[in-house]
This record gives sequence, C-alpha cells and structure tokens, in this order.
Amino acid sequence: MIKRSFFKSRYLPYLLIFPQILVTLTFFYWPAIQGLSQSFLLSDPFGRHSKFVWFYNYIELFTDPLYLKSIFTTFFFSLAVAAVSLSLGLFIASMANRALKAKALTRTLLIWPYAVAPAISGIMWLFLLHPSYGIVALGIKKWLGVDWNPVLYGSDAMVMIVMASAWKQVSYNFVFFMAGLQAVPKSLTEAAAIDGASPFKRFWYITFPLLSPTFFFLTVMNIIYSFFETFGIIHTVTQGGPGGSTNILVYKVYQDGFVGLNLGSSSAQSVVLMSLIIVITFLQFRFLEKKVQYGG
Amino acid sequence: MKLSKLFVFLVVAVCIAFPVSVFAKPVTINWWHAMRSARGEVVKNMINEFNASQSEYEVVGTNKGNYDETMNAGVAAFRAKKQPHLLQVFEVGTQTMMLSGAIYPVFELMKDAGIDVDWSRYLQAVLSYYMNADGNLMSMPFNSSTPIMYYNADMFKKAGIAPLSKSEPITWDELGDITKKLVSTGIASAGMVTAWQSWTQIENYSAIHNVAFASKSNGYEGLDCQLEINNPLVVKHITRLKSWADDKRFMYGGQKYQGPKSEFMAQNVAIYIDSISGIAKLKKGVKDFKWDAAPLPVEAGTAKLQNSIIGGASLWVLNGHSKKEYKGVAAFLKFLAGNEMQEYWHKETGYFPITIDAYESLKSKGYYNTDPLQEVGINQLNRAIPTKISRGLRLGYFVQIRNIINEELELVWNGKKSPKEALDNAAARSNIQLRTFEKTYK
Repeated sequence: MIKRSFFKSRYLPYLLIFPQILVTLTFFYWPAIQGLSQSFLLSDPFGRHSKFVWFYNYIELFTDPLYLKSIFTTFFFSLAVAAVSLSLGLFIASMANRALKAKALTRTLLIWPYAVAPAISGIMWLFLLHPSYGIVALGIKKWLGVDWNPVLYGSDAMVMIVMASAWKQVSYNFVFFMAGLQAVPKSLTEAAAIDGASPFKRFWYITFPLLSPTFFFLTVMNIIYSFFETFGIIHTVTQGGPGGSTNILVYKVYQDGFVGLNLGSSSAQSVVLMSLIIVITFLQFRFLEKKVQYGG
Repeated sequence: MKLSKLFVFLVVAVCIAFPVSVFAKPVTINWWHAMRSARGEVVKNMINEFNASQSEYEVVGTNKGNYDETMNAGVAAFRAKKQPHLLQVFEVGTQTMMLSGAIYPVFELMKDAGIDVDWSRYLQAVLSYYMNADGNLMSMPFNSSTPIMYYNADMFKKAGIAPLSKSEPITWDELGDITKKLVSTGIASAGMVTAWQSWTQIENYSAIHNVAFASKSNGYEGLDCQLEINNPLVVKHITRLKSWADDKRFMYGGQKYQGPKSEFMAQNVAIYIDSISGIAKLKKGVKDFKWDAAPLPVEAGTAKLQNSIIGGASLWVLNGHSKKEYKGVAAFLKFLAGNEMQEYWHKETGYFPITIDAYESLKSKGYYNTDPLQEVGINQLNRAIPTKISRGLRLGYFVQIRNIINEELELVWNGKKSPKEALDNAAARSNIQLRTFEKTYK
C-alpha cells in the first residue's frame, strides 16, 4: 500500500498555490499584456495622447532595414558568445578536472568572474581594449601593428563585446561542466583506455555524449544570457555603435523606449524579442534535445 | 475629564480662528534634477541658500540619476499623479515636454505669480532654445553650455603657429592648414578630434552659418518638419572632415566626450572640440602641457556669423499643484536667476550665467581677466541676435535622431558610406521618426 497524503479540504490547495499565481500574474502576465497592448498604440510618454494604430509599430519595424540588421546582429552575437564561452568553459573544465595540485583553489578562482556584474565586466574590458586609453589596445597597436579601433570599426567592436560577454559566462559554464565531468563514470574511460582509445577519442565518444544534457542546458542558458543580460556590457562598452554594428535587440528596446520615449515602437520590439526567444527555446527543445542522451 | 474636553475645544477653536499658516510648516517645493557629484553639491548649496533666505517655502532637491533617468522618473511620477513641481529635462526633451500637456509654461507662471521679469536682460541664445514659436518662454534655462575649440598651446608653439584669438574665430581652411602643419611635422599624431559630433559638427555648424537643420524653422513652427542636414554646406563640411580623417588631420574618438578628451590629454591630437564644460575637466586633468581655447572655426566668406547653440537642460514646471505652491516655485526661479546665484553657478560649474546682468557683474569684477577661457563661449553665443534658424532645434524623438546621425557619421568615418549618402540616409531615417512623432500628437 502506497502511503499518500492528501488534503481534506478541496480549497486548501488553491489557497496554497494562490501566492505563487499572484506573483506570476503581477510580475509576468500583467507587464506582458501591458506591453502587448502598448505595442498597438502610439502614445506620448505622459499618457495624454494615445491612439490605437493596429500594426503600425510592427510595420514600421519590419520595413526598417536597420531593425532587420539588428536581428541579424543579435543572432550573430549570441551564437558567437555561446560558442566561445561553451568551448572555453568545457576546455577549462576538462583541464581543471585533471589538475593534481590545489584543485579546490583552481576551481574557486575559475568561478570568480561569474560574480562580476556584466556592466563591471564591460568597463574592465573597455579599460583593456579602448583605442584611446586601453592598455592592451595600445600594445596591440604598437607591437602587433594592427589598426585596432573598436570605436571606429564595427567588427572590432563586435570582437570586444563578444569577449567581454563570453568571459563572464565561461565561469558559469565551467561550474556546470565540472559537475557534469565528475558524474562521468571513471570505469568507462578506463575501459576505453585499455582498449587503446586515444584521449581525444575517449573525450569525443564517451565524455562528450555523457555531458550532452549539461551541454544542452548550457546552450539554452547562454543564448538567453546573450539575448538579455549582456545589456550592461553593450551599454558600458559600445552603446550599440559604431554605426549600429553592436546594436542588439534588447539594447534597441532600451534606446527607443527608455531613452527615446517611443513607447509604442519599444513595446512592439519587446513583443518581437519575446516571440523570438519562445521560438528559439522551442526549437532547441524540439530538435536539439532529441540528440541529448539523458540515461547513463 | 472636563478639563480635557475644554482643552480639545480650545484647540479646535484656535485652529479655526487663525489661518493655517500660523502653525503650518513652510510649503514644500520638490525639485528633481540630474546634477550629481560636484554639480550636485553646488545645487544643494543654492537650495540651502534659498531656504535660508525666507521661511515661507522649502525647496527639496532630489537627484534622480542622469538626464534619461530623471526624465523617466518625472514621466512615471506624472502618470502616478505624484509629480514634483520642478523637473530638470535635457535640451533634446524640450519638444516632448512642450507637447506633454503636463507643464505650466514659465512665462505664464511668472505672470500669474505677479513677478515682472525683463526677459530682454537674459542671454537671448539661451532663452530662444526654450521659447515657443511666439517667443514665450516655456521652461527656465538652468545649465547651458556651447561647444568651443581647445588646442594644445605647446604644440602650436613648437610648430610656430601663433596662438588663436579668443573672440575672432579662425576659418575651417585655416584650421586645415594648421592641422596639416602639425601632422606633417610629426608634432601631433592627429590634428583634431571632436566630442558629441552631431551637436558640434552638424547642429552648431548649421546654426553658426544660419543654415536650417530642419524645415519649419528647425521644427519650431510645426510638427510636419523635415530634416535638412543633407544640404550642400553640411555635406561639404563632412566631406572635408572625411578627407582630413584620411590624412590624419581629423580622427574619430567616439560619440561622447571620454574618448576624444583622453586623446587630447594624451597629446595624441592637438585640437579638441567640446562643450565649455570641458574647461573644468581639462584644468583638473591636464598637468604636463599648456592648452588654450578659441571659438569654433567658421567658413571663410560667411556674410554674417550667427550665434552657436546651447546644450544642457532647463527646469520645467509641472502642473497639478496648488496656487500657493506655484508662488513658491516662481519665487525660487526668480531667486535662481538672481546675480548672486548665477555668478556662483557660473564660477563653480562653468555653465553660462543666464542673465546679461550677471555676466556684466562678473565682468566688472574682473572675473574674465583672471579666467579668460570662460568668456570664449559667451562671446560666441552672444555674437548675434538669434535668427529663426540659430535660435535652437525643436524636434520630436530628437534622442533617436541624434543616434541616427551618430550612426551614419560613423559609417562615413569608417569608409562604408560617402558623406552625401550618409547624410541623405540620416535625413530620411530621421524623417520617419518625425512622422511617427507627428502621428502620435495629431
């Protein structure tokens, strides 16, 4: 006989779940619905004039070549951030996993950058790579002879924000990969080693497939991170420039809504951004997850 | 028991018999501003000075962050009906504020409060930025600046170039010769750099040469205005800067002031165009070379040079408060415009004094003899009566328009677009913004 506990009252469960529902409704659904309705309006910031304009804001957006460019920039940026931070995180984790001395210390030090706020990370990278006062930038220009100038060249700026964003995320990925690696049974790799598999083959055919749930989870998290949380980095490092080359969607929402006070367009952009994220996450679960092996 | 009843009765009777003011605390006037650190201290002192000078009103100043944040705080507070009496808004927000229906125009406020102000004794180029098309003042100018040109005096000396005049501008052609000399002799690795490129190289350039930035008198006379920055003169100017960028006579240092300033301070570049607020920054930061300032260059053969235009912020009076409180607001604004406060403000922050009286008082005290740099901007601002074109800009979504101009100019500097293409595109893109803005208010 299975022991089951249940509530006598029919209403108690609803009562218990009520606070959670209330929080979700107030802090998620209400603003989302507000945003959705605002995206069909043209209104002044003070709320004195408001006009229902159907899809005007959306049409303006999608006929603006720069908005389409911004979508492309965002995808490029988040893929680059995810690729750099995942591969570096995995690399460092597999190295740290083999460390013989001071294991705990190495790990602690490697986790630290995650505690740094994105805006601060941006400022630090700016101090390193700004063409006018960046220490590393001066070195690059002097010794490598590269005309490094993220203030002027879009591609340099993109490299800079990808590095600043990925650097922080490497630590996060490191923690999860580390945990994942420790869950890989030693007996499997040892057996493969006895069979004569090279370290690379052992990694590729044994460790990596066993890490795939972690990998999948981190891919989703990294994409979401680079879509939203990198705002602080963009804001401190490039402000979307030069020439709009690092103007990712979330920064444009801020620029148009908070600074420019164009609430209608900014809301429409948020709705587009929200839909994009829903679609991406759905696609990831639909297609990527099939390849993930959860079982041992 | 009886005694306490009597006491209550007495208290009530006294309260009814005497007007509230006998007991009431001074009327509170809330002022939300965006002035922080050193400037924030100066603002605090001015408020304390006002509060100490009378007992009827008490001004409470609150810093709400930077300009964007302060404006947003004001908007949110107005929607929640908790707005302050005074809100400091940057110059690009002027059109939004004017059309908001949330304001009490300053000229009306002063008239209603019975304060007679002789507006002709104010710096006209400052006032005109905040006037409506009929010439009535909508908001009180507070912190106003204008761009000037700083130069490395040591480098000039080394190259044998005479120091520049502080009142008579040089021409752009002369600047081209100067920068050529500086760069070709290897004295400077680049010629000039500019902060706030849209403000200094397009907005001010247009005003000084009396060329329209936008139609409808720069937007003062109608929301249906169009940007006209793709005119031949501006295109020629940007083309010139681009050709200078190619031979290092000009370098691009970023949209704001930090990059350009550090290039100037590191002596990588000999000439630096920025707001007059740069005076204080350079005084503090430059230790190893001599520098000086001059008015912005102009085009040779310009028949009549106009004033430059201002940047900065003004104080808006928000509606929805009582008459008594507005009397206090008016008294406070009058106090701020007084000589003592204006001189203090100008000396401490470098922003313009807004009245001619304050300027003349400072002059008679010999302030500009000891600090001649401070007069460069004032002379440039006062060199002519503002025309319909040089009085300022009145555009909706101006923040977005400046962003667009910045973006397009950057595409010129990095060679992706020709100046004409970029300016055409900037105008076309800005016009879309202007149409959306127009549609919102129609």
